[in-house]
Amino acid sequence: MGLKAYAFETSIRGALVAGALLGSQTARADPPALGLETIGRLELAWTFRTGNPRGHAGAPAVSGDSIFVLTPFPHALVALDLQGHERWRVVPDSDPRAEGLATGGGVTDGPVLAGGRLYLTTLDGHAMAVEAATGRVAWDRAVASLDAGETLRNAPLVQGGRVYVGSAGDDAGARGWLAALDSGTGRELWRRLSTGPDGEVGIGPQFRSAYPTEAGADLGVRTWPPEAWRQGGGSPGPILADAELGVVVYGTGHPAPWNPDQRPGSNRWTSGLFARDAATGAARWFTPTNPHDEHAYGAASPNLLVDRPWRGVDRKLLVHPDPNGFLQVLDRETGLILSAKPIVPTNAVSGLDAGSGAPVRADAKRTHADTMTRDICPAWTGPVLAEPALSAETGFVLLPTSRLCMDLEPRDSGVIPGTLSIGANVRLKVPAGPAGALVAWDLEREAPAWTAEEPLPLAGGVLATGGLAIYGTLDGRLKALDARSGRSLWEYRAPSGIIGRPVAFTGPDGRAYLAVLAGVGGPLGQAARGGIDVRDATAAGGLANAVRQAAYRDILGQGDESGSLLVFRLP
Amino acid sequence: MRALAPAVLAALAFAGCQRETRDFRTDPPVLAALDDVAPLPNRIGGAPPDVYVALGQPYQANAYALSEGKRLYDGMNCKGCHADGGGGTGPALLDGWWRYGPDIVSLYVTLRDGRPRGMPSYADKLNSEQLWQVAAYVQTIGSYRAATAATSRNDQMQSRPSENRGPARAPLTEPPSR
Ligand code: HEC
Repeated sequence: MGLKAYAFETSIRGALVAGALLGSQTARADPPALGLETIGRLELAWTFRTGNPRGHAGAPAVSGDSIFVLTPFPHALVALDLQGHERWRVVPDSDPRAEGLATGGGVTDGPVLAGGRLYLTTLDGHAMAVEAATGRVAWDRAVASLDAGETLRNAPLVQGGRVYVGSAGDDAGARGWLAALDSGTGRELWRRLSTGPDGEVGIGPQFRSAYPTEAGADLGVRTWPPEAWRQGGGSPGPILADAELGVVVYGTGHPAPWNPDQRPGSNRWTSGLFARDAATGAARWFTPTNPHDEHAYGAASPNLLVDRPWRGVDRKLLVHPDPNGFLQVLDRETGLILSAKPIVPTNAVSGLDAGSGAPVRADAKRTHADTMTRDICPAWTGPVLAEPALSAETGFVLLPTSRLCMDLEPRDSGVIPGTLSIGANVRLKVPAGPAGALVAWDLEREAPAWTAEEPLPLAGGVLATGGLAIYGTLDGRLKALDARSGRSLWEYRAPSGIIGRPVAFTGPDGRAYLAVLAGVGGPLGQAARGGIDVRDATAAGGLANAVRQAAYRDILGQGDESGSLLVFRLP
Repeated sequence: MRALAPAVLAALAFAGCQRETRDFRTDPPVLAALDDVAPLPNRIGGAPPDVYVALGQPYQANAYALSEGKRLYDGMNCKGCHADGGGGTGPALLDGWWRYGPDIVSLYVTLRDGRPRGMPSYADKLNSEQLWQVAAYVQTIGSYRAATAATSRNDQMQSRPSENRGPARAPLTEPPSR
């Protein structure tokens, strides 16, 4: 079928494992592998309580007989053996000021294992390398500045001797950046910004856009009102690498502040997709997906790299579930959009302009200062918040989706360093009908092959293994479906909601394991834990409003005071 | 005759406004003295400055001061972190639970000096009078105490729609979409 599962090498960053199960074909003959026939026999082996109440996103890393968990902020990196006993623990110094900037529940991701070291980023702005065998800290660098409103959320990407780290801070008016560090020493090799003059953004002779709107000098300055580019936005989402092309690819976040009337112009290079030279950081191409973002969508969603024939020609594809609701398939050599189809109910964008690739916005759902626009779909949180997966057996892209909509009233907001300059009254809304779904997308037909509807939005990543689609829900169900049909095969009730990503691996004993973090939180789950007063519908980024609606209310108070790692095993 | 009527009305209206005095510019020595709080060693609770007491607690019971506090709450991006009191990255301010105390001195110290887990200091952005105004406003957000003065309320801050907008006895948990 000519289909390469890049997803496993790149996007399932935390989960790269010696002997990872890439479908049943790589499993040994004797002990059974995780698959359609065996999943029913999967049983809980042990659990490990992290003692941290914040949302547990991402996935643990596994190597040999060790499993590594990075707990949420204030972080601890814990090494466990495959019986669940603690081997060592590293507790980095933490700066508690980071909590004030921790929008979306402040969830983080990682660690990433490469060459015997664990690489991680901390919410308060450090990148670190730790020896996996001993827990010795090899290096620790402060790369993001809380004073500038920057935090770190995504797991680093480790590739070719470099550690790529992207900032977070769109809501704090920080200029987003991507930095490459030397994996041996942590020394910073380069840093490229998402707004500002070409020199700082890394736009030079290598830059070639598929769309004419991207040509011109210093667009990162000229597409903003004077000096407004300094307020930035455009923080990178999850980063992927294509070693063959020598590029790193990621989406950039929304511009700051939310109020579009404060920043007339197309606000380059926020809310679009970047491909950069992996060695130098020089931009190769940029494709805007939400220029002059009016809905705080950004484009920083988790993507997939897929190699497969497209209309009869082998192509290197980038599968991008844009926050505006459209699944975009791009040629990742050029940035050209090949396909764009809605994966959730949408009304803010009606389609894409073929010439410019720009979204065609519906007038009724445009937003302006001090004007309340109702029922915009999707909500600012976008349809896909966590990693999709490519099912090797079926070729389907498995997308965990949220169908939340929103009411949005942008308001004037000054950018005050150290504060969040959101400047919006926003309320998330649960639409009529299911609020989420696992969508198996057929790239060939540009349509869903099947859809497994969920009463709550999905906020955790998907694992595709052995013909299965495995994912968790906000109300704490870990589910395994048949990736061909969406038929439910297995379900387990976890002690807390799941926003983490399951990982599968084979232990040194040859047995098949499955591990997942439980601990509800994040942009769609943080209100479950209390501390948020839902009488104010705008609390927690408007999530309070959704939580007051029937479908969501059931998860209120279901947050556990500690997250946990659940480890399952086949007998 | 007809020309007189508006003037009379205006005079009556002004007479009606004579409820509160407001100073447009507070004397610098008073401003300095207003900063003289004596919090307890744990930075929670304590005594307000003498001048605050001498002025007769001029902020908590003054609608103008509260409205100024509300305006500053918006303008200083408190909203970005606390929303309209329901909380976000910062804790909820209307649920009656306090990490550092609901009394005016605790609130003043919270705003002036910040708090370690992410509450920024506003000492270099607001003067003492403005800090008192915001502190007084914060006390009104939850409206769990009787007060003789109040700001206008944001619609979305009410736990239910005002009586003239919603059906009678609307269940608290399922408000009509607003
Ligand atoms: C960057 C985000 C941020 C901004 C901006 C911010 N706060 Fe806070 N605030 C916090 C956090 C986080 C805490 C909790 C601090 C702690 O526990 O140490 C907090 C604590 C508080 C408290 C104490 C709550 C308690 O339970 O005792 C009050 C009152 C408060 N903030 C009011 C305000 C006001 C008024 C403003 C605007 C002038 C403001 N905050 C601006 C994040 C913020």
